[in-house]
Amino acid sequence: MPKAPAGTLYRGREGMWSWVAHRITGVLLFFFLFAHVLDTALVRVSPSSYNEVIEVYKSPIVNLLEVGLVAAVLFHALNGIRIILIDFWESGPKYQKQMLYIELVLFVVLLVPAAYRMLLHTAETLFGSAA
Amino acid sequence: MATTAAAPADRGAPELVAPRSPQQRTKPGAAKVRSNFELYAWVFMRISGLLLFFLVLGHLFIMNILDGGVQRVNFGFVAGRWASPFWRMWDLVMLLLAELHGTNGLRTVINDYAERAQTRFWLKMLLYTSAFLVVTLGTLVIFTFDPDL
Ligand code: HEM
Ligand code: HEM
Repeated sequence: MPKAPAGTLYRGREGMWSWVAHRITGVLLFFFLFAHVLDTALVRVSPSSYNEVIEVYKSPIVNLLEVGLVAAVLFHALNGIRIILIDFWESGPKYQKQMLYIELVLFVVLLVPAAYRMLLHTAETLFGSAA
Repeated sequence: MATTAAAPADRGAPELVAPRSPQQRTKPGAAKVRSNFELYAWVFMRISGLLLFFLVLGHLFIMNILDGGVQRVNFGFVAGRWASPFWRMWDLVMLLLAELHGTNGLRTVINDYAERAQTRFWLKMLLYTSAFLVVTLGTLVIFTFDPDL
């Protein structure tokens, strides 16, 4: 692979990878929202057809995918705030890298307990209650 | 930005302006001032993002963490929530902002990767059609919801 030109501040560094991740999560959320408005629209068809589709959200594998969705939203939301701070806070560009590391810490600190709560029921149905 | 310097080769290279001279708002020879659409879109992405931060993260917290999480969601649950105008408004604002924010975001992505004018055009038509359908359907569902169905 050719080496990056000397002195590049952007390519291959934190700023670029956070941009890539922001773009991927944004596109992912867009497609989820499309499906989600369709599944919610089933409340206008009949209670049973809505309940049937919502059952899918409760199955173990889809439950795991939901943790992925929450992770995508959480990253995009926190990184979006970072972008806004870079644009409007006078020292934003100077601290963009530090803000990314703070963001990643917040991401883990918030995601871990959320994932635990979300997966508890699935874990209990699959492996039996620990108590 | 492949399209900015689209002067045909036979008309010669585009004129080079001195560094730091004021931005040229009009094409040479054209009378009309360019619109500020991209500026407004940029501002909208930031304002909607800020609001969505609370709306979407709040939605996810209620749906997946609170009480029994997703295991308790069913028709009766939605009926209970949409009995309150507050949650209907929450969902409506979230629907409109998320769909517009996402659509504008995808417009940028299409502009970045689709290079042929035809491809760009049809991808954007597809995008705007889907956005129109999602906004219309989602809004109708919120306003015509019938708990006694
Ligand atoms: C697994 C995660 C999610 C679950 C379980 C979930 C659940 C629900 C439920 C039960 C409703 C029905 C209305 C209500 O009770 O308020 C709803 C509506 C809605 N949700 Fe979600 N949601 C999830 C993720 C998301 C995400 C990530 C977004 C934003 C991108 C979103 C946007 C919306 C919108 C806009 C509506 C209104 C739909 C309409 O107008 O018909 N949801 N959601
Ligand atoms: C949860 C709160 C959210 C925040 C704080 C947020 C913030 C932002 C910001 C600041 C941008 C950058 C715009 C620019 O560079 O001009 C952006 C881009 C984007 N957002 Fe969001 N957003 C949020 C939710 C969403 C949702 C729900 C969707 C999908 C429906 C979405 C889809 C996108 C897309 C596709 C882009 C374009 C990415 C790119 O050009 O690389 N965002 N967001």
